[in-house]
Amino acid sequence: MIEVKHLDKYFDDGTRQVLFDINAKFYDGKVNLIIGQSGSGKTVLVKSLVGLFKPENGEILYDGRDLTKMNRSQLKETRKEIGMLFQGAALFDSETVMDNVKFPLMMFSNMSDKEQRERAQFCIDKVNLTGSENKYPAELSGGMQKRAAIARAIALNPKYLFCDEPNSGLDPKTSIVIDQLLWDITHEFGITTIINTHDMNSVMGIGENIIFINHGHVGWVGNKDEIYDQDNDDLNNFVYATDLFRDVRKYRREHGYVKTKVNY
Amino acid sequence: MGLLKMLDKFGDYCMLMWRSLAIPERWKEFFRRYLNEIYKLGIDSIPLILLVSLFIGCLCTLLIKLNVSNPLLPRYSVGFTTRQIIVLEFASTILCLILSGKIGSNIASEIGTMRVTEQIDALDIMGVNSACYLVMPKVLALVTVMPILVIIAMFTSLFGGYAICFTGLVDPDTYIFGIQTDFQQFDVWFALIKSVVYGFLISSIASYYGYTVKGGSVEVGKASTDAVVTTNVLILVFDVIMTTIFLM
Repeated sequence: MIEVKHLDKYFDDGTRQVLFDINAKFYDGKVNLIIGQSGSGKTVLVKSLVGLFKPENGEILYDGRDLTKMNRSQLKETRKEIGMLFQGAALFDSETVMDNVKFPLMMFSNMSDKEQRERAQFCIDKVNLTGSENKYPAELSGGMQKRAAIARAIALNPKYLFCDEPNSGLDPKTSIVIDQLLWDITHEFGITTIINTHDMNSVMGIGENIIFINHGHVGWVGNKDEIYDQDNDDLNNFVYATDLFRDVRKYRREHGYVKTKVNY
Repeated sequence: MGLLKMLDKFGDYCMLMWRSLAIPERWKEFFRRYLNEIYKLGIDSIPLILLVSLFIGCLCTLLIKLNVSNPLLPRYSVGFTTRQIIVLEFASTILCLILSGKIGSNIASEIGTMRVTEQIDALDIMGVNSACYLVMPKVLALVTVMPILVIIAMFTSLFGGYAICFTGLVDPDTYIFGIQTDFQQFDVWFALIKSVVYGFLISSIASYYGYTVKGGSVEVGKASTDAVVTTNVLILVFDVIMTTIFLM
């Protein structure tokens, strides 16, 4: 489990506070979502969680180990337990899909080349990219790049998987494929998955633990079932900003359920 | 304010260099990248070096012959002066100024693009020392390959000067005598020392500008330009310093 306690983050030499006293828990084997409007501080929170930003105050506890107090070598060891999917996939342009997925194995495992290749192939198959092993990122569609990045992120069997807006720039159908994949991987391997998103389909579909960030504060905590009936005005303004999702809520209140495309 | 900003940047640059001096996580991968950089930064630059050096050699000989004609000067002075210019300045300094445009912008834009597309963040998240992984192979490759490029430039320029002699302006044998006259081996060593320093400056400064870029494609372009401008200025400053130290 990852636990955040009293986290503050400032920018511009301490003159602009972006995160205010964030307290949150991200549970093992669950899909944890961080949601909020653009500019609310979601990405800053995720980047602080993985150590790309150093918070001014607070603790980030990875199963009790405080990331903010780790030295360089401890941080390096902890990061080997982390997989991350970036908003733009962040695949290495000059490497093929196979080499991208093999990269963390080559750097940090003691596997032979054959074993690395087998493991990479397993991950590529897992994200349904079989046949694209020798393609370069530029030859892949946005959804395929995201899937290749997921394959790379899970190559080392991470304990924690972070995803920064995995569905941005993707069509709704591909977004569902990515959501399904993240759901399956999380439950099959028992990973603590933390997804930063403002895609309402994801929220309704895979949000087992949802943390709503509003102007840098934790505005609400709950899950995809509780989100329909809560009375938080800021959250309602965010989630039900469109007629479509107001209709979804209405349907849910009338029928007691909403069928989503993601299979649990 | 400007001085403080410069000192701040210099501090960042030193810290990046310090981080890049770590022991590589995988030596095999390091050597693969090192050889790849030698090919990309060095071998790929040879056609440009051959072309530029050949013409500069021709022009040096031609202009010296046309502008420095005095009955009191020995005839071999054309070859002698051409050699001194080429060995002491052109093959090391001027060539590195030219290469800083090609190689410096290449390095800064490559690393800068990796920064803005979060590829460097991806390396950091994996636990890879991104500075060591990206910067060190480039710096070592250029420091290794630059003296070789300078030697190629020396020979090509001198050959260019020799070739232009066949137009009839200078007697080829006199030219050959001139380039052998009063030859100081240290001049070549001095050029090679300079090339190592310039190789380090070009690769490390360009890496710094690329690594620290923030923003998007416009900023990558600006970083690339800034890298080349800064490198060029520093090459000239170091040229003066080293010439003062070694030759005075």
